[in-house]
Amino acid sequence: MASKPQSPEVRAPGDPLPDNVNPLPKKGFMAWLNKRMPVDEFIANQLTGYYAPKNFNIWYFFGSLALLVLVMQLVTGIFLTMFYKPGEATAFDSVEFIMREVDHGWLIRYLHSTGASAFFIVVYLHMFRALLYGSYKAPRELLWLLGMAVYLALMAEAFMGYVLPWGNMSFWGAQVIVNLFGTIPAIGPPLVEWIRGDYGIADATLNRFFSLHVVAIPLGLLLLVALHLVALRRTGSNNPDGIEIKEKLDDSGKPVDGIPFHPYYTVKDVVGVGVFFVIFAIIVFFVPTFGGLFLEGPNFDPANPMSTPEHIAPVWYFTPYYAILRAVPDQRLGALLMGIAVASFFFLPWLDRSPVKSMRYRGPISRIMLAVFVVSFIALGYLGLQPAEGLYVMLARIFAVGYFVYFWTMPFYSRVSVDPVKQVPDRVVFNAH
Amino acid sequence: MRTNKMRSAGRFLLAGIVEVVVVTMAAALLGPVQAAEDAGAAKAEEGKPLLGADWKTSHAGTSVVDKASLQRGARNFANYCLGCHSLKYERWSRLGQDLEIPPDLLEKNIIPPGDKPANYILTTMPAADSEAWFGKTPPDLSLMARSRGKDYLYQFLTTFYADPTRPTGANNLRLPATAMPAVLSELEGVKHAVFKKDGELDHFELVAPGRLSPAQYDAFVKDTVNFLDYVGEPSQAARRSLGVWVVLFLLVFTWLAWLMKKEYWKDVH
Amino acid sequence: MADNVAVADEGADLSRRKFLTSATIATGVVGAAFVVVPFVESWTPSERARALGAPTDLDVSKIDPGQMTIVTWRRQPIYVVRRTPEMVQHIQGHDGDLKDPGSEDSKQPAYAKNPLRARKAEYLVLIGTCTHLGCLPKQRFEAASAEMGPSWPGGFFCPCHGSRFDLSGRVLKGSPASLNLVVPPYEYPDEKTLRVGADETGGAA
Repeated sequence: MASKPQSPEVRAPGDPLPDNVNPLPKKGFMAWLNKRMPVDEFIANQLTGYYAPKNFNIWYFFGSLALLVLVMQLVTGIFLTMFYKPGEATAFDSVEFIMREVDHGWLIRYLHSTGASAFFIVVYLHMFRALLYGSYKAPRELLWLLGMAVYLALMAEAFMGYVLPWGNMSFWGAQVIVNLFGTIPAIGPPLVEWIRGDYGIADATLNRFFSLHVVAIPLGLLLLVALHLVALRRTGSNNPDGIEIKEKLDDSGKPVDGIPFHPYYTVKDVVGVGVFFVIFAIIVFFVPTFGGLFLEGPNFDPANPMSTPEHIAPVWYFTPYYAILRAVPDQRLGALLMGIAVASFFFLPWLDRSPVKSMRYRGPISRIMLAVFVVSFIALGYLGLQPAEGLYVMLARIFAVGYFVYFWTMPFYSRVSVDPVKQVPDRVVFNAH
Repeated sequence: MRTNKMRSAGRFLLAGIVEVVVVTMAAALLGPVQAAEDAGAAKAEEGKPLLGADWKTSHAGTSVVDKASLQRGARNFANYCLGCHSLKYERWSRLGQDLEIPPDLLEKNIIPPGDKPANYILTTMPAADSEAWFGKTPPDLSLMARSRGKDYLYQFLTTFYADPTRPTGANNLRLPATAMPAVLSELEGVKHAVFKKDGELDHFELVAPGRLSPAQYDAFVKDTVNFLDYVGEPSQAARRSLGVWVVLFLLVFTWLAWLMKKEYWKDVH
Repeated sequence: MADNVAVADEGADLSRRKFLTSATIATGVVGAAFVVVPFVESWTPSERARALGAPTDLDVSKIDPGQMTIVTWRRQPIYVVRRTPEMVQHIQGHDGDLKDPGSEDSKQPAYAKNPLRARKAEYLVLIGTCTHLGCLPKQRFEAASAEMGPSWPGGFFCPCHGSRFDLSGRVLKGSPASLNLVVPPYEYPDEKTLRVGADETGGAA
């Protein structure tokens, strides 16, 4: 399997491949297949012939890991759906049935519940990489927007998925979040009833969330992820130095700072997958509830409309926004601000006025602001898990300010006149490893 | 180059070994063996209840791999709890299998007469009656250890005290104004709670002894809580033992993948 | 070829590369195979299915002689026929009309591999599912009835495609079915109780 890392010259689709490179087989099954589908051509164009920057670091594992987790959630979800029975009277019992009476059902369930949290950890780190290296900047604005659409779909998917076990936190979490829609002026209250399908969170709500969670949103997610990858293919990846590798080509038309995705990054991503699975398996097999963060205690009680849990908190990946919601004393304003908090990400490509992409070459103010954002996000996440009283509320307000300031003062502090940039090098910075 | 390669491979091997050690330790610590935990309160003198003013920090300290304890807990549950509480997600036969109780002993000593091994563990008390007598139906306990935690259960069963203002004549520190009577007072005895000025517990006083000494009652409660911990998730022992193999396999795989990566990336400079 | 990527020296390193790739892929495939196992096993009958498939008891003294009663075991109809001595007579003497008179190819526990296909002559226990395509055969116990014809020994008639079985459930020639009706595991824990689904071999798993 010695693979010489060669690639075809720049060629138009449909042109014959040069003979010395991935030569199309002349006979046999592969010849038959390639006449009917562009299989070898796809491999040549998208894998061995796709050049990615050679200076990817640890922050570049999380895209492929996100894809891995998506596939895992789909497979485990398919199997859970074989045994889960949606409906007020049957949902909770069916989950316990899976945990106790379906052979290895407990394993499939824990893979899915841990996978949901793993998805958000991976996605947040993936998004952070973009903030760190300016991967949202031109020409990758659409790539970023599609990614944000994936993030929104993911949040909807996770929220509805959490309602399905019909535990007490499922019920009350749904109650609180659906009620938020009631804050929208004029259409709020009828909208809430329309979403619920009943006068309170009920069987109707559960069943429609089931359909959306199992069919509709996964289809949407797959489409959005596919578009995200198509957009990536067009612009090529960014890299930690923010240099556009396509601007420097060698004599044969390949980027001097690029290497073929296959075999170099396929091989490197396998290591990332291995490390990820080690950590993931430790959690699944030894601490699947993760101290109540991944599977909350109150959700082992069946849904009870007459009894609210002591602290209603969404699952950890929503808590930064939940903290912002509760920081504002007015419910309507709080909901609005929470919406703006999520929406702010969408504006990033146009808020950022720096000529330089990567934090490596930006000035101290940009770095401090990014640090402020990260600290605020994490702090808000922690505060969202605590009861909304006393010092916690005050801190939430402070960190909410930190959160918004990162986005909305960026048009100002990212200017070169305010925050001078360093000289971006000619070639990527690479140390052999 | 060879020496560099060996050095970095050696470094990674060391890292791998460290990882295995850490993982095994984590498994041991996070796993069922929590032998380090004590009852929390000071070991009281003979005849005095074990819990004191620091009852809120006391731990169950149980281990779900202790089959003997689980067997005693199952017997305790069948004799003292099954009268009102069901375990509707657990079958007798599953219990016998997991706790290694032979089928004939299971049917003779634990399963109530007339009930079949394949049945779910249900109480015979009709829900309507219990609602009338206690004000609410005694909850099913299958998942109580998962929703409240075993420390909560341990504290609940050890902080009943006599309270004439309550309809049942008893109250509870862990769950104030509980509808559950002090059904175990026959074993534990009857205690009074003496409070400090701020309303917190100062100490308990055993005013009438039960059939068990305080130490024996404590062991009784721990076995029962341990049993409820098992019922909350019967597959937990299998989960942990499978996990060790899975993590070890993944470590080997990752190590191989890493070596492969290093080999290919020699090309890149 | 991009100048920053150069394949390392040929020979020893390429074979190491080949070996490592194969080793990693092989380990990955083994891992993947292990991952498939729990998913495949999740399809096996659950604990609930197995519990519901537990043995069924029946008081056979309540069946009138010459009558059949049907109970359920593992979602299948179980025919229990209390045969009269006359019916037992009709089982013999027509081996030539049977496809599998000695029950060599058909499915039954060891104690039912005899012309009576039962532990006790008096009671016939069968799975009431035609061995052709699965319909429920109807009882036609009267020998030589007007409907079934003069050579009819008495037994079962399947309405779907016309398979015929005698009073031991053995299939007659000319039927689309080729095997005798299946006998499930069963035992008599006491004189009047029939327990379907269990026997001394441990019964059905």
